[in-house]
Formats: sequence, structure tokens, C-alpha cells
Amino acid sequence: MSEPNTLLERQQSSAHPTAETDSAALAALVRRRRRRRWLINALRLLLLVVLIGGWELGARLGLIDPFFWGRPSGIWQQLVTWVLHGTAQGPLWVQIAVTLEEALLGFLIGVVLGISFGVLLGRNAFLAELLGPYIKAANSIPRVTLAPLFAIGLGLGSQSKVALAVVLVFFIVFFNAFQGVREVDRNLLANARILGANRWQLFREVILPSALTWIIASLHTSFSFALVGAVVGEFVGSIEGIGLMIQNAGATFNANGVFAAMLILAAVALLSEIVITALERRLLRWRPSALSEVTL
Amino acid sequence: MQHSQNKVSSASPPMPRSPLQEASGDRRPTGSAPVIELRQVTKRFLTPRGQTYTALRDLSLSVAPGEFCALIGPTGCGKSTTLSLIAGLDSPSAGSVLVMGEEVHGNDPRIGYVFQTDAVFPWKNVLHNVAAGPLFRGVPRREALERARAWIARVGLAGFEDRYPHQLSGGMRKRVALAQTFINEPQILLMDEPFSALDVQTRTLMENELLQLWSALSASVVFVTHDLEEAIALADRVCVLTAGPATVKGIYTIDLPRPRNVAEIRFDPRFVQLYHDIWEDLRDEVMISYERAKHSS
Repeated sequence: MSEPNTLLERQQSSAHPTAETDSAALAALVRRRRRRRWLINALRLLLLVVLIGGWELGARLGLIDPFFWGRPSGIWQQLVTWVLHGTAQGPLWVQIAVTLEEALLGFLIGVVLGISFGVLLGRNAFLAELLGPYIKAANSIPRVTLAPLFAIGLGLGSQSKVALAVVLVFFIVFFNAFQGVREVDRNLLANARILGANRWQLFREVILPSALTWIIASLHTSFSFALVGAVVGEFVGSIEGIGLMIQNAGATFNANGVFAAMLILAAVALLSEIVITALERRLLRWRPSALSEVTL
Repeated sequence: MQHSQNKVSSASPPMPRSPLQEASGDRRPTGSAPVIELRQVTKRFLTPRGQTYTALRDLSLSVAPGEFCALIGPTGCGKSTTLSLIAGLDSPSAGSVLVMGEEVHGNDPRIGYVFQTDAVFPWKNVLHNVAAGPLFRGVPRREALERARAWIARVGLAGFEDRYPHQLSGGMRKRVALAQTFINEPQILLMDEPFSALDVQTRTLMENELLQLWSALSASVVFVTHDLEEAIALADRVCVLTAGPATVKGIYTIDLPRPRNVAEIRFDPRFVQLYHDIWEDLRDEVMISYERAKHSS
């Protein structure tokens, strides 16, 4: 606070006080914000170094047993080996592609089904009341437990993983779409009807854009769930994929391998998050920016 | 009482007309056949607890062609319900609602409705908000956008076509709402406390603009408000409704000359006289509704 004040006082004496004090105060504000930004980034880096360094140091000093808990340098070596020489099941990029494909396919199918059913039930109070208890019951089942069932029914190929991802994604998107459709402002609906909108126009121009805020919010979480579905599906039984790599690493007491595979998964999830955020920015341009910029 | 009042309003033409009047003259029914007629309308709602709540009881009202009619009554007395019945958004439990001599069934394209809260579409920019009506009604895109631009200019928002509602002030959003409604050239205009959320200065501005737009359109208006000053300043006729269930308590013809300046007409001695008379009637209802609110809370 003190800095802009002194600047302000200093500028009072100049020829065009108001304009210049304004710009000076603004510059000070920008500078302060930039400094804060820099400080946060520096501290973040420091935190990372302390954590990773502490882990490595602990492992080297014998405080942490690297056999069970791995160590950063070992994880790095594992990653390098995988990139350069491939994994036990084949090249690394094939494993990533397989898992990503399963997750993506499950995600897309789950989103389409979730939106369709959410909108259908959101618009149809009778159906919503009829199916409500069953949907709640289905939602309360921990759905990863379906993995063995899918493995039995759909085999060890990608279908069983896609199916698990679909089931995980569906419910998240469904509930959000349902809620979004129900929360549509009644005034907006009435206004559109009076302006002359028919049922289809009402859906396309009012209900869908309104529900989109909710639906897109659900996409952030649901892609990570699609990844979970694919990986857990691979745990249960598969011939390739990152899930299988983790499974193998665990079975051979390779803690570094588990961590390395985890890192790869995290990178994939982070990448998808960036894509979804870009999509959100584009589709929800009309929202006040403060709302869409508050992200962690 | 109501019939005699109708004659008064139809005997003295409500206002000086703009050139557009000739064009709309043949559109209007001859004589004093009312454009809107509510006959002994009762509306009951079922509350979540399973009790019935009567919003309107035996409400009778008629609005002449080109007339500006204000409905005034205490908060929550069923004014908005009346509008939604005329608009076809809801149907009466008993009695009948006639628009242009026909029973209301669903939405009537000749009706425009301006809502109390913001009802502009937040995901559409100003241009597409205003063009929404014509586009919904199948007007070719280019023509609809052209007409929208003309209306945006007319409500003083030229240059703001690309803005989204959240980037506009409350008064500007209200202008968008007005343009959005007027572009459909409604013959009946229903307004539900449209300016109640605005600050006083903006409000006066908007009231004047509404009068200008209305005089060019020559629509019949039903304007719901709880502000007596606003009602007198704008309307040809003020109907006082009772505290819910609403029914017509009194009808007053406002014989102030037009065109009016809303900001200045309040100082007219006749305005003060009318205000005094109507307030006598309204005060009891306001007290009743206030007492009820106090007891229920």
C-alpha cells in the first residue's frame, strides 16, 4: 500500500498531476502484480526441489527404503530406459497410445450418453421421477468393481476398458447435464417462448447453452475418470497399456516403475486438462471472465 | 364501475399519435372492442404443502386498443400472474381470458413481454439477442440481423452489437430487452415491473424512452408496477388491485396530456391530485399486505 502512496505524492508536484499519477499508480500496480507472480513461481520451484531433493536425500541416507518407496533418480532412469529401449510389452508410445485411445473413446461415448440422458430426464419430469431411484442406486455402486465383469464379458481387448471408462464418465456428465437442464432460468424459457421459439429452438438456443456451463464443468473431472477406467481395466486383465506397465512394475517390486508410469499418466491428464480448458474458454466466451479465470 | 371507465377511455383517444398511426389504424378493430379482456378470472395454485392458494379472484379487466393500462397493487398480489395469463404462459382456473376477442391458447405472436428480471440471453451478444425474435419466427438471417441493427440504434446501443449482456449496465440490458421485444412489433405489450431493478435516474430515462417507442408502435400496454408515480406518469388508466387474492378495487383514468415528460410531469398539480386520490385507495391494500407479511414471518 505504501508504495503507490509515495508515488502519488511524488507525482503531485508535476505539471499534469492527475493523468501522470494515474499511469504511475497503474505501473506500480502492474509491477507489484508481476513481482507477486514471480515470487509464487519461485516458491513453487523451491517446494518441488525440496520435496524431490528430500526424497532423494532420504533414500540415499537410508531413511527411506528405495526398494519399497523408490527414489527420484531411479524413476528418472526408468523413464529414460522406457523412452530409449521401450517397455517389456513394446515401445512406450504404443502403451500410451493404447491407454489414451481407450480413455478417449470411453470419455466421448460417456459424454454423449450422459448429456443425452441428462437432457432427456431433465426435460421430462415424469421419466425423471420414474427412473430417479434406480439411477441413484446405480450411482451408489462403486463402479470400478464392474471391471472384472467387463473383462469376463468383453475380453482382454480394449472394449472392456472402454466400457469401464464409459460407465465412470456417464454418471458424472449425466448428473451435471440433468442439473444444468433443470436450472435453466424460467424467465429465459418464458422469454424465448414469447419471442417465438419452437421446442427445438428452445432446446438449442436456451436449454443447451445454459446447461453447457454445468456440462463443461463436469468434463474436467470426467476425463480423469476415463483415464482411471482405462487403467483399472488394464490392471484387471490386458495385453498392453500403461495400466499393464504399472501392474508389471508392481508385480516385480519395481517401485520406480510404478512411479514413472504414474508420472506419464499425470502428464496425459494434464494435457487433456489444457485441451478442455481451451474448449471451455471457447464455448463459454459469453461468461464474465472472472468466473472462468478462477482456476487452480 | 369498470364499464363506465371503459367508455371514458375510449371516448377520449389516449394520446397523440405518430405517423405510424395511419399504418396501424386499419389493424385495430373499429369501435372500442377491447384488445384484452379478462372476465371473472380466478387463478388458484397448489402449494407444495398441498393447500390451494388463490392468486386472483373474479378479476375483470379490459384494455382498449392502443391503451396504456397500469396495474398497481401491493407486492405479491397477483399482478404478474395476471400478465402470464394474458401471455398464455399459464391458464386460468375459472373465467376466461380473451385477446382480440379470442380465448387465449398458448403463445400469441402478437404479444410482447418484458420481464422484471433480466431475461436477455447471456450467451448471445446484443445483436443476436435483439435478432432472436425474428430468427425464431423464421425471418431470413440477413433481414433479421439488419432489423436488429436498426432497433439497436433506436434504443441508443449502436456500437454495442458485439457485447455480451454481462458487459452492459443494468439500464443497457433493459434497452436490449426492450429492443428484443419491440422488434417483433407486438400489438399487445405486457410489462412486468420492467424498471424496478434500475436506479432512479436510469429509470426515468427508460420510462421516457418507453413512451416514445410505444407512441410509434401504437400497441396496447399492460404495465405492472408497485410504484404509483410510475403508473400515473406512464398510463392512460391505472387499475388498483387488492392485496391477494387480487381483484380490481378501482380504476382511474389519467387525463394528463401527452406527450409526457416523465421527469417533469410529477410536478403537475393534476398529477399530485391523482396521486392523492389513488393512494387513498391503494394505502389500505398495502397495509393489509404488510400486516400479512409481518404475521407470516
